[in-house]
Amino acid sequence: MIGRAPRMAELASNLVIAPGHTPATVTDKIASVVLARTPRWFYLAFGISFVLFLVFLYAVAHLFAVGIGIWGNNVPVGWGFDIVNFVWWIGIGHAGTLISAILLLLRQTWRTSINRFAEAMTLFAVACAALYPVLHLGRPWRVYWLLPYPNTMQLWPQFRSPLIWDVFAVSTYATVSLMFFFVGLIPDLATLRDRARNRFARKVYGILAMGWRGSATHWHHYESAYLLLAGLATPLVVSVHSVVSFDFAVGIIPGWHTTIFPPYFVAGAIFSGFAMVMTLTIPLRHVFGLHDFITDRHLQNMAKIMLATGLIVAYGYLMEIFIAWYSGNPYEQFMVANRITGPYRLLWYALIVCNVLAAQLLWFRWIRSSAIALFFVALVVNTGMWLERFVIVVTSLHRDFLPSSWGMYYPTVWDWATFVGSIGLFLSLLFLFIRFLPMISIFEMRTILPEAQVEEAGR
Amino acid sequence: MKPSDRSPIYGLMAEFDTPEKLLAATRAAHDAGYRRMDAFAPFPIEGLAEALGRRPSRLPWVVLAGGVIGCTGGFLLQYWSSVIAYPMNVGGRPYLSWPAFIPVTFETTILVAALFAVLGMLALNGLPMPYHPVFNVDRFARASRDRYFLCIEAADKQFDRQAIESLLKRLKASEVFEVEH
Repeated sequence: MIGRAPRMAELASNLVIAPGHTPATVTDKIASVVLARTPRWFYLAFGISFVLFLVFLYAVAHLFAVGIGIWGNNVPVGWGFDIVNFVWWIGIGHAGTLISAILLLLRQTWRTSINRFAEAMTLFAVACAALYPVLHLGRPWRVYWLLPYPNTMQLWPQFRSPLIWDVFAVSTYATVSLMFFFVGLIPDLATLRDRARNRFARKVYGILAMGWRGSATHWHHYESAYLLLAGLATPLVVSVHSVVSFDFAVGIIPGWHTTIFPPYFVAGAIFSGFAMVMTLTIPLRHVFGLHDFITDRHLQNMAKIMLATGLIVAYGYLMEIFIAWYSGNPYEQFMVANRITGPYRLLWYALIVCNVLAAQLLWFRWIRSSAIALFFVALVVNTGMWLERFVIVVTSLHRDFLPSSWGMYYPTVWDWATFVGSIGLFLSLLFLFIRFLPMISIFEMRTILPEAQVEEAGR
Repeated sequence: MKPSDRSPIYGLMAEFDTPEKLLAATRAAHDAGYRRMDAFAPFPIEGLAEALGRRPSRLPWVVLAGGVIGCTGGFLLQYWSSVIAYPMNVGGRPYLSWPAFIPVTFETTILVAALFAVLGMLALNGLPMPYHPVFNVDRFARASRDRYFLCIEAADKQFDRQAIESLLKRLKASEVFEVEH
């Protein structure tokens, strides 16, 4: 690139915010999405999502009435769609925390335009994820038995079990993500309170803003709290999917009982999470005309993170195969052979195409700089990560040590209805979020403007 | 404070159009000896809290306390329930199988530390606060958009309306408002 004058378009695409913006224009533009009239397409989009959510409610009502026999789970395959979808959803959530916490600590200012949205996505994905293990309980109304509390049965949870670790990990993750999201929102809620013309909206935003005045003292403690929360959330991101992978790795089933699982699950989580952020931001940026704030630079950076984590995931696949051979363990070797040539082989091939081959497209600059191409790559990766969870859960369980206990797993219409319905729940929450809360952090966008770089003049 | 001691107004508020002017004015007012004052901005400005004479935030200590409480509390919960309340022999392994208690101890540490961070931040800031006099200035709505304000309270020992008004005007305030109680 040396010796060639960069063109204006290239320069512009490298910015994290389009030139010419001031605190006033940034505030007005982002707040207008919330404060303007509801666009007509919104009713259609929200309506479709809500119909899917109703499908979810119907499937769950039927489940509560009849029991988990309506699902395809059976004796060798005790974990089916419920756990596949749980792991998939919770992995998607990880990108939000990574963007908001780790990239904050690394001073990556480009995260500012996408962190609010990604955090909301995290919350909704974790909400969808947390429903699955609860629904799988069989008697979900007894879910509080998982918590340590003094009870008349004199029972306490088994703290040596990864399933209990999971309860603590997921509930902590959900709580901390919610607090991080809410703390990040407080100054923006104050902005909406001061700008809303509707009396009711002003009241609601005012109550939620809790009297935020933006005083120097406020900001002083606020910045400290935000940084500390980021520091606390950072190890949490790594721990949650590690604990989820312990659910498998602590079991003795071939294909689950491997030490590579924690890092490989965390990388996969970030890979799928960034894919989901892209799948959602690319259309939203187009619909709301937010190209000034979510520039091509953001998409390119996300694509690079996807490529890096995708390579780690590919390494994980390779190591699984290598260790199966190297260990000399016949059960591990059979498991790998069964994945590649057994009855679920087509899913395994599809998984390799989606996660390993499709991700290699991100090496090309022209793919990384085309929003449409990125959107499709991200969709493919989302599918691939779901397939990965399916292959790990189902192919490991369906043929274990004893051929007499082998079996097959086929999802039923209720499995599909719950899965599709949970996507409806996720999208419904997401549409409500973009309608009622600023999807880009307004105050953080102000801080990256040139005006906010206050020079230490005089002293 | 008895009602008779109360001054008729809460204080004087100056509006500035750039963060540099606010920072300079805050420093000048602090140098002039004013202490009961606060500066307002739509985003955090580096050095502003120091210019007001605020000490470093005590929040990190609050969070550390939360982390220590969460860590010991989480571990003791597991110790008590697995060793004392409900000892269960699983394959002859020790009741106090502490390596298996690490994940939950870690999660409770983070959880309580994060709770302390959020609640501590709100407590140190005195939030939620449903009413504050600064909101009586109509222009103050722009403090959450693109304007910068400095408010010197009438409760300050040196409070003298004329002196402050001329000082703020000299410091390039675009306007000076009275803040009602």
